[in-house]
Amino acid sequence: MNDPVDVLIVGAGASGAAVAWSLAETRMHILCLEQGGWMNPANYPSTGRDWEARAFGDYSPSPNIRARPEDYPINDDNSPIKVVNFNGVGGGTVMYTAHFPRLHPSDFRVRSLDGVADDWPIDYDTLVPFFEENDRMMGVSGLAGDPGVPPRNPPMPPLPLGRSGAMLAKAMNRLGWHWWPSDTTVATVDYEGRARCINLGHCTPACAQGAKASTDITYWPAARRAGVELRTHCRVREITTNEHGMAAGVAYYDGEGKEQFQAAHVVVLACNGVGTPRLLLNSASARFPKGLANSSGLVGKNLMFHPYAQVYGYVAEETDSNRAPPTCLWSKEFYETDRSRGFARGYTFQFGRGVGPVAEAVASEAKGLLPWGAGHHAAFRRLNGHRLGLSAICEDLPEEHNRVTLDPVLKDSHGIPAPRIDYRIGENTARMMEHGIARAKEILAAAEATDICVNSPILYGGWHLLGTARMGADPARSVVNEWGRSHDVKNLFIVDGSLFVTSGGVNPTSTIQALALYIADQMKQRLANLFD
Amino acid sequence: MCAHGPLTPAQRDDLRAIAGVIIPASAEFDVPGADDPAIQADIVATLGRDTGPVREALDELARLAGRRPLASLDPAWREAVALELRATGGTAVATLTRVVLQCYYRDDRVVRSLGLEPRPPYPKGHELEEGDWSLLDPVRARPPMWRRP
Repeated sequence: MNDPVDVLIVGAGASGAAVAWSLAETRMHILCLEQGGWMNPANYPSTGRDWEARAFGDYSPSPNIRARPEDYPINDDNSPIKVVNFNGVGGGTVMYTAHFPRLHPSDFRVRSLDGVADDWPIDYDTLVPFFEENDRMMGVSGLAGDPGVPPRNPPMPPLPLGRSGAMLAKAMNRLGWHWWPSDTTVATVDYEGRARCINLGHCTPACAQGAKASTDITYWPAARRAGVELRTHCRVREITTNEHGMAAGVAYYDGEGKEQFQAAHVVVLACNGVGTPRLLLNSASARFPKGLANSSGLVGKNLMFHPYAQVYGYVAEETDSNRAPPTCLWSKEFYETDRSRGFARGYTFQFGRGVGPVAEAVASEAKGLLPWGAGHHAAFRRLNGHRLGLSAICEDLPEEHNRVTLDPVLKDSHGIPAPRIDYRIGENTARMMEHGIARAKEILAAAEATDICVNSPILYGGWHLLGTARMGADPARSVVNEWGRSHDVKNLFIVDGSLFVTSGGVNPTSTIQALALYIADQMKQRLANLFD
Repeated sequence: MCAHGPLTPAQRDDLRAIAGVIIPASAEFDVPGADDPAIQADIVATLGRDTGPVREALDELARLAGRRPLASLDPAWREAVALELRATGGTAVATLTRVVLQCYYRDDRVVRSLGLEPRPPYPKGHELEEGDWSLLDPVRARPPMWRRP
């Protein structure tokens, strides 16, 4: 029997780390349970000659392909976009591309402004101090003065433009369209014990240099120094409740596979937009027959992904290829609603720098650009190192039929039901993607690129897992209140992407972490009456 | 058929033959084909979790070749079988093709022929030129574009 703790956090990724660090100053006994382990950068793909091949194996973004012991399977057969994630200390921040935009002010008021979906119960200004705190903790590089977003002051200078950035910038200037260097969590100078980026160019499947911020090297060292306990290889099966309808603790399997119970006064879920509803639904009981915190029936519903429309082509000049971080520029030209485009809301363009030789060979062979036989070598030399591309990251509106449920058959290695995804791209988003593809082709034409290829949606593009336990003031229309506490279970909090009411059209990690810090701050302010 | 265990000698022969069809040696570019012994050894040694689909693709290849070794067919027939295999598509053929490509394009001789250094990215990294930030001037001059609710 484990001693009870004051706060139990489930998940050590982007949001779990942030909330743990913030709550640590209360000196409460805080414990985090993480199903994965600590990462060892010496084993990251970029340290070996098989660095590209491992993206198809043990460093695949898909848990179904990766299939490490700490991964759980996901039935996403009924979705055109497959879920990608990472399980371990740092969670998805170990395996993300480090784009770090914030949601825009308009994203929090989509009903009021555009008559779609719902407004958030909080606004952008409420989150600003937490965005700033998170930028300092994660270490953000970028350039102030962007007319496309509200003012912010990244603590580090932006990544260089490089060859690819300059080509794309010239193309955007020819069209008169907005562009700006992306905010990223890649350290461009030595920062808080992290070495600056040396352009390994293989950022997404973990950074061996430690220049890319992942919470195992940012928040967690600080949180542990402040006394937070982190227990790894512990997979939580369910949240248990007591006779008062409060969370009593969690049942979990330890690293040896033994079932344990951990009592807690407060339970905080930070398992992402698939893991959190999975856990809530698997915590059904006689007292909560529809799953925990699910009186609204919305747990697992309104799943949003951000469908990506990727377009790329080939230019005569050499690009940066894999010799630089893939993060480069963004464009907000089509972000805010313009009804003349035929859809509500909008998208960000994020521009890349190119890919390595294996990725180029595999992709261009599949597209029919790279022949088998005698013409192979000449064709490859024309393609390799000459790719220029971009993606429209499209706002996905919440629709209840897009959902996470428990699969009736598929189970993880501990026998816990796996999540099942049912998802289809909405009509508004589909129109947005078509618009994005057409504009991207214009951009590539302005850059004099040829052999244009389109991946829409990106199949393994379900990076952003949002909306499945939304926040709101109305208990009938939301799972948690405006500061992250379950409407139904007064000592249960959610701090991950499940909270999102709408998705915006940007990578969500910055906003997820700002929300986690905001909720932690609300908890600290209400410690005396947290359960009232 | 079992997805585990090593490929049979006949399957390895067919793998070598189809790899040579996908990427033949080139005197013009001074590179080996993907049927080169060192590249084949790398493919076989690192098949791992891809063994099952590769075996499946090789089974299909054998069927298309009339159960004769691919290398024994005359060049025109061999090429016709390869084209038909590629047209078959599917996960198995895509996996076979990918394992050939991923081992070929990490071979030292091939990497050097592309003008690249045969090394992992870490720890040396790469240089990235700063670029001309004056390109931003017209964007800086724009008024705020984001909406205030």
